[in-house]
Amino acid sequence: MNMEAGETLSIWFFIGISLLVNGILVAGAGIYELISPPQNPVVLFSVHANVWWGALMGILGAIYCYHFKPHRASAK
Amino acid sequence: MLPLATFASTRLVHLSAVDGLIVVFYFAFVLAIGFYLKGRARTSEDYFMAGREMTAWVAGLSFLSANLGALELMGWAASSYQYGILAAHWYWIGAIPAMLFLGIVMMPFYYICKTHSVPGYLQLRYGKATRTLSAVSFAFMTVLMSGINMYSMALVMKVVLGWDIHFSIWVSSLTVAVYVGLGGLRSAIFNEVLQFVLIWAGALLIPILGLVEAGGWHGLQTRVAQNAAPAYMHLWSTLGSFKDNPMGIHWTGIVFGLGAIISFGYWTTDFLVVQRVLSAHNLRAAKMAPIIGAGFKMFVPFIVILPGLLGIAVLPFKLTGESVAVATGGHSYNEVLPLMLARYCGPGLLGLGITALIAGFMSGMAGNVSAFTTVWTYDIYASLIHKDCTDKQLVTMGRWCTVLGVLISIGTAYLVMHFLSIMDYVQALFSFFIAPLFATVLLGMLWKRTTSAGGFWGLLAGTASSVGMWAWVKVDPSALRYVALSPYARDMAENMYRALWSCLVCALVTVLVSLLTKPRPLSELTGLVYGASEIPSNGEAAFYQRPIFWAAVVAVVFVILNILFW
Repeated sequence: MNMEAGETLSIWFFIGISLLVNGILVAGAGIYELISPPQNPVVLFSVHANVWWGALMGILGAIYCYHFKPHRASAK
Repeated sequence: MLPLATFASTRLVHLSAVDGLIVVFYFAFVLAIGFYLKGRARTSEDYFMAGREMTAWVAGLSFLSANLGALELMGWAASSYQYGILAAHWYWIGAIPAMLFLGIVMMPFYYICKTHSVPGYLQLRYGKATRTLSAVSFAFMTVLMSGINMYSMALVMKVVLGWDIHFSIWVSSLTVAVYVGLGGLRSAIFNEVLQFVLIWAGALLIPILGLVEAGGWHGLQTRVAQNAAPAYMHLWSTLGSFKDNPMGIHWTGIVFGLGAIISFGYWTTDFLVVQRVLSAHNLRAAKMAPIIGAGFKMFVPFIVILPGLLGIAVLPFKLTGESVAVATGGHSYNEVLPLMLARYCGPGLLGLGITALIAGFMSGMAGNVSAFTTVWTYDIYASLIHKDCTDKQLVTMGRWCTVLGVLISIGTAYLVMHFLSIMDYVQALFSFFIAPLFATVLLGMLWKRTTSAGGFWGLLAGTASSVGMWAWVKVDPSALRYVALSPYARDMAENMYRALWSCLVCALVTVLVSLLTKPRPLSELTGLVYGASEIPSNGEAAFYQRPIFWAAVVAVVFVILNILFW
């Protein structure tokens, strides 16, 4: 959904970058906790929410980055 | 709004290095967007109206995000812990009908008259006096509210993270000043949509994991009934009497005060939210934007109300009011959302949740600042002070005004820090204008006979009556039985009824004065009033492309939700 006129990057591209970077950081922290479990884990630590939530954000962000990357969006 | 004056003094969560990195990345990213969009804000139309080129989705999400502040998230989570699911009324009947009404009925008039602001519409419909009254009150109240929000948020950051209050105030407000000052409304909207996504990404895990821990919806109901009362899970069935529900409110106050007046006043006339919709690239997008906003608004209780209810169900200790929390060293209702965040979110997720709170605060502040800037520049500066200014001067004034608005907000934040009672007064002041303004705008749009004098005197009388009722109850608390129709009514009920009466006073005076004064010729009302304006049709658009279809879908879901949680 390229919403803006002219040469402005799509807002969804920015959102893709944000989701991708945050997703990598969150999933990375979760994987580190898998390798080195914390002394005081949070409630429901066993479901490893940061791993799958971070991965989900990262995948969504990557899709948005690809779909709304500047050249592809302007070609459309 | 949170009564944060006496928040507990220990910090609730500790951020790890990765959490800090997520927060720092967020600040750097919003600033980068501001710098990137600087070159796109050359004309006043670019700067104040985002070039009027936003699509329905962008305008709709921004419309909702400007209202989705961090204090709103934390405040209503606290209210749901305190009052149960009744707090969801502020998201459903207190928003959805008004948002749909704005999209379907009012937006065509705002949009086709090409106004830059709500006071601008009042100028076209009623003349300069009404515009000036509305613009001055809106501009001052907006920056004052922004300052109060700023102070409250800094206090939250101190309690949750242990951050210094001055650091929070200056870093967050200067960031907003930079990105709004550089890119104008477009930058504010871009960041609001980003913030909307971050708020959901950061807050959605709490209800999901909370429901897992509580044993699903049935488990939640059982635990809430045990730890509080079964009534906490019912939306309407306890509203037959002021005494039967923890909010001390009657269904008439919710339906007529909140649903019909306060919510319509806020969602249809508060320029802070309406400005986002005016940036839409065509009339269809402008009509769809509030409908899209309403669709998402219906599900905000999932990340706001549900965490409060889950707090009742799963927290191993009871939360209390501020004064008790301070006296006993316990936790207050206002801390329920950060407590739930700390309960489920480990490194990374915690940073994301805190970023969601910061994002919520900054989107609310950017909304206030950009709306203030537009109203000041168009409705006060260009209308009263410098009438023949050029387009370039308008943009320059807008940029300076953004900085000025932020500085006034910071000043207000420090004022509130020293005189806490100001917070209550300013919030009350803001409420004085919203309800009567709705009657003024609505009568102006729907009744050709409304005159300029009727609009002005109606607005003045409605506002004065609201101030009068508020002062009456302050001086003599027993007057509550007259204003709110019951001695058992509480603060929220008083607000509902005061809004209802002031709106009725405004409407009555407007009608009476209009009938006694000379109406404007029909030719002058084209594009402003129903019956005197040709609304562009949807042409050959398929039924699923028509705003009315999607408004009906949202309305049906809204009714189903209310029945489900009856």
